[in-house]
This record gives sequence, C-alpha cells and structure tokens, in this order.
Amino acid sequence: MVEFWQNLHPAVQLFLKGIAVVLVIFPLGGIGSLAERKISAAMQGRPGPNRALPIWFRWVPVLGPFLQRLGVFHLMADGLKMLFKEDALPGHVNKVYFVAAPILAMIPALTTVTAVPFGAYLNGEGELVPLVLANLDVGILAVFAVSSLGVYSLIIAGWASNSKYPFLGGVRASAQLISYELSMTLSVLPVFLWINAPGTNGSLSLFNVVQYQSQPGLLGGTWFFFLMPVSAVVFLVSLFAETNRLPFDMAEGEADLVGGFHTEYGAFKWGLFFVAEYAHMIVGSGVFVLLFLGGWNPLPWLPLEKVLGWMGVAGNHPILFGIASIVVFLVKVLFFIFVFMWVRWTVPRFRYDQVMKLGWQKLLPLAIGNLIFYAAAIAIIELHLGVAAWVALALATIVALFAILRPQSRAAL
Amino acid sequence: MAYVVERKPLSLSERLYIPQVLAGMKTTLKHFFAPNVTMEYPEQRPAIPPGYRGVPTLVKDPNGREKCVSCQLCEFVCPPKAIRITPGEIPPDAANAHVEKGPKAFDIDMLRCIYCGLCQEVCPEEAIWLQNQYSMSGYTREEMVNNKERLYELGGTLPDQHFKWDKKKAAEQRGNAHH
Ligand code: SF4
Ligand code: SF4
Repeated sequence: MVEFWQNLHPAVQLFLKGIAVVLVIFPLGGIGSLAERKISAAMQGRPGPNRALPIWFRWVPVLGPFLQRLGVFHLMADGLKMLFKEDALPGHVNKVYFVAAPILAMIPALTTVTAVPFGAYLNGEGELVPLVLANLDVGILAVFAVSSLGVYSLIIAGWASNSKYPFLGGVRASAQLISYELSMTLSVLPVFLWINAPGTNGSLSLFNVVQYQSQPGLLGGTWFFFLMPVSAVVFLVSLFAETNRLPFDMAEGEADLVGGFHTEYGAFKWGLFFVAEYAHMIVGSGVFVLLFLGGWNPLPWLPLEKVLGWMGVAGNHPILFGIASIVVFLVKVLFFIFVFMWVRWTVPRFRYDQVMKLGWQKLLPLAIGNLIFYAAAIAIIELHLGVAAWVALALATIVALFAILRPQSRAAL
Repeated sequence: MAYVVERKPLSLSERLYIPQVLAGMKTTLKHFFAPNVTMEYPEQRPAIPPGYRGVPTLVKDPNGREKCVSCQLCEFVCPPKAIRITPGEIPPDAANAHVEKGPKAFDIDMLRCIYCGLCQEVCPEEAIWLQNQYSMSGYTREEMVNNKERLYELGGTLPDQHFKWDKKKAAEQRGNAHH
C-alpha cells in the first residue's frame, strides 16, 4: 500500500492529493453552510432547517426522520436551488468582471489550501513527513499572500456591479483587509522568530511550527497559544476580519449596505462567494490551529506519537499515524468553525469607524508591542543577558500596559 | 423631568473587550444547549383561547336544522363584501316549513374576509360564528371560497338557548302563528 503509493509518479501523487483535498474542502464548505444554519438556530432557541425529505427516504424507519430533523437534505435542496435558479445578469453591470468576480473568489480560496499541512505521516526511516500539497519553505507567507488576493474578487464584484451599495461594500472590504492584514502578519512574526533560532536553517514552513510544538520538554511542547496569547488573540481577531465574518462583515453588512458587494448576485454566482468565504474560514482556522494550537497534537505537552504509543499502535504505523493526525487536525478546525458561528451570534456587528479604530489604534500597536516584547525576550535568552535584562523588560511591559489601559471615558470610544 | 444618563468610565474588563466577549459567548452557549422555545406549527398547534375570532362559519341548531334565514344582514354589513348569499324558499313539505327562508347558496370569500366579526355581531339568528379554525390555505382562488356545505362542515352545531323554531312551531300549532 505505502510502497505502491510511493512508487507512483510524483505528479500523479500530487494530482491525487489535490483531488482528495478539494473533495474534502468542498463538502466541508457545504457542511459549514448547514452547520451555520443549525448552530444559528440552536443559539436562537429554534430547531432550524428540518423539513426537507426526499420522497424515497420517507419509508426509512428511524434514520429517515432523524436525518430530516438534522436537516441534511436542506443541503441538497440548497445546492439544487443554486444550480437551477435563474441566474440573472443585470443589464447595467460590466459583464466580464461581473462574471469573473465569483470565479476569482474561488481561486485564492482553493489555492491557499496547498500550503497548509493537514497531517503528517512517518516515512520508511521513521521521519515525520507533512501531508501537504506543497511543503513550501515560505509556507505562511504563501498563505497570507494568496489568501489576501481574495479581496480582489470582492472589489471587482463591487465595482462591476455598477451600483452604489456593492461599490461601498467592495471599498470597505479592501480597506478592512489592508488594516487587518498588517496586524495579522505582525502577530505571527514572534512565532517564527521563536522557532528559528539563530544559526539554524530558517524556515517559514507551517510544518516546522507544528514540529516545534511537538517537542518534548516544557517550552518545546507548549502550544504557542500559551506562550504567546497576545499573538493568538490578535491573529484570531484579524482572522475574523479577513474572512469577513461577523462582527466584521463590513463588506456585506445588510443593515447599512443591503447585501454589500454581492447585492447584485444571485444563484450559483452568489453561492461561489459563499463557498469561498467558507473555504477561507476553514483555511484560516487551519492556519490558526497549526500556529497556535499544536496542529495535530491532541493536547499541549502531549504529541501525537506518545498518544498513539499509549494506545498500543506498534511502532507508530505510518498510515494510522497519518489518519490520526488528519482526524485530530480536522476536529480542531471544525471546532474553530463552530467558534466562528458562536461569536457571530454573540457579538453585534461593529460600526465601520469602530472597525477601523480597532484595527489601526488597538490591534496594530498591540501587535507591534508584542513583536518587540518577544524580540527582546529572544535576545535576552540567546545572548544570556541575565536577570537584569528580564527585569527591565518586565518593567517596560508594565509601563506600556499602563499606558494602553489607562481609564478612558465611554464617550471617547 | 429630564433624566440624565451618567456615563461611567469603562471598567478594565470592558476596555480589554475580550472578557466581555467571552462572557457573552458563555451566554450564547447556554442558549445553544437550552431546549428550543419554538412551536413546530403543523405538528404542534397553539391552544385557542375562548372567544377567538377565526374563520367565519355557519352553525346548525341542536336539532340539525340550519339557523340562517338568509336575511342578508351579514352580507350587507360585511366591510370587504366577502359574503355572497342567494336566498331560497323552503319547500312547503319540509320539516321546517314554518321557517320563512333559508339560503340557497352561501359563499364567504376568505381572500377578502378580514376576520372583523361584524357578521357574527349582526346576525339575528346567531347562525354565523367566527370559531377557532385559524388556518385557511389553498392552491387556487376557488379553493379559498367557502361554500355552504363547507361552512356548515366547519361550523358544526353549537348549543342553543332559544330554540326559536320550536317555539314558533308550538305557537303555530296552538293556532297563534304570530305569537
Ligand atoms: S347568517 Fe345570519 S345575518 Fe347572515 S343571512 Fe343568515 S341569518 Fe342573516
Ligand atoms: S368576519 Fe367581517 S369580513 Fe369576514 S365575513 Fe364576517 S363581516 Fe365579512
């Protein structure tokens, strides 16, 4: 089995892996949309979609009603509706760009997946090899670079729609993306500073981050969430903003912009935007899990190898290891998708000026301060500067915290 | 009197924002696991309070006779003109031949009816009642017009205190038709 796979031509291997990943991402997008409806409903105290039932399922005794209550057939119904609905093309739009925008939305959404490792397996020599379509050394940069291209589709959609609300939505989306991309990147830098000790082969690969979090020892096995909580929070908030999820869905806020950039879209074109948003969410949560939550390690200080060893999987069977790693990773990602929806029903949408204020006046200084703090800490550790330097750093941090957290009147917000 | 809202400075946890969000998430999670508060309509139906004004219906008296004498008062009073009555004679050999008239056709267009209840108010015979049938639906306009059979089927029989026709018949038999 393993030999057969490894004897395949690398291009065939890549092709098959790519198909497999798309086959996972698409259903996950669909499940995401269903989960969105069910979870929203549960949080509002209603049962949610539970009516659709194909006629031939009516006679399945227990399973039929159960699946109906679960609403799984609504997924099919939604898909069919999007496919067969009349796909109106408004007369006043720029046709080429109008049609291109949803397609452009899908491209970065599916491309970023290539650089995200979603598991690992042991090769013949017992080395861990990431399950990833392209194990780039610039991993995180590739993800950021490509995923931020997604906003082009929103801008183009807003502009090509040739009407005011979509245009405003597109403009907002671009401004928001630029504001939050900065804090997002800055918040991730400390992680890579930390794992790339001077003198080693530096790498921005996401796989290395997980490897670092799977090491034995107190600091080695810590998830970066505990080591760098500020980074994690800034990254998570920026992620919400980047994926245009509530409370940051400025690009489509229906209260002030009707439907935002997709006001003029319907049927399948609108559905593509939707799937792209979910794909972004999935990839974003994946990156967050890899960077801050230990990737496929089930618990902090508890790498997957150890757990499998306890469960008596002899010699860390390569295929079992791979499957276990993917399962653990997917569970974490699905949990984060739940968190996205959870926050959606908790926090009301911000006003646009608040979004900008939060991005530029709060998150960006925080991310910069955080970066300086960890750079200093790493310098102190590497250069063995001793206790005095630690005390200085602690004092500086406390002063900075006081400066940031000084009381403010409500009116000033 | 003017009421001045005092603007307190934000507390530390409010300024950090994240604790407040987490507290909110706790609340929403509680709701996530709480039982649903909705009623799933076609299967579960609400309890109808007495005196509810649902679909207007025609009722029969406990002897199974129709009470309506097609006086057309309800047709006249109905604000959106939802009622259409065709009066008819009662054949002399019928058991209730002493009743003056009866409706030959009685249609209520439920696409027009506004459930005002004026027909019930105005009816001298207490023959038309707005009862607790509240869900009218149909696929065509014709289906939404209740004819006489349908109205009696929906209405059924209500208890009657007066038995006007019995009294009238007794009076007639006593030789005092105009009692
Ligand atoms: S229902 Fe009542 S008001 Fe209407 S015609 Fe009959 S007796 Fe008259
Ligand atoms: S309830 Fe009002 S609108 Fe409806 S039939 Fe009676 S009088 Fe007409």
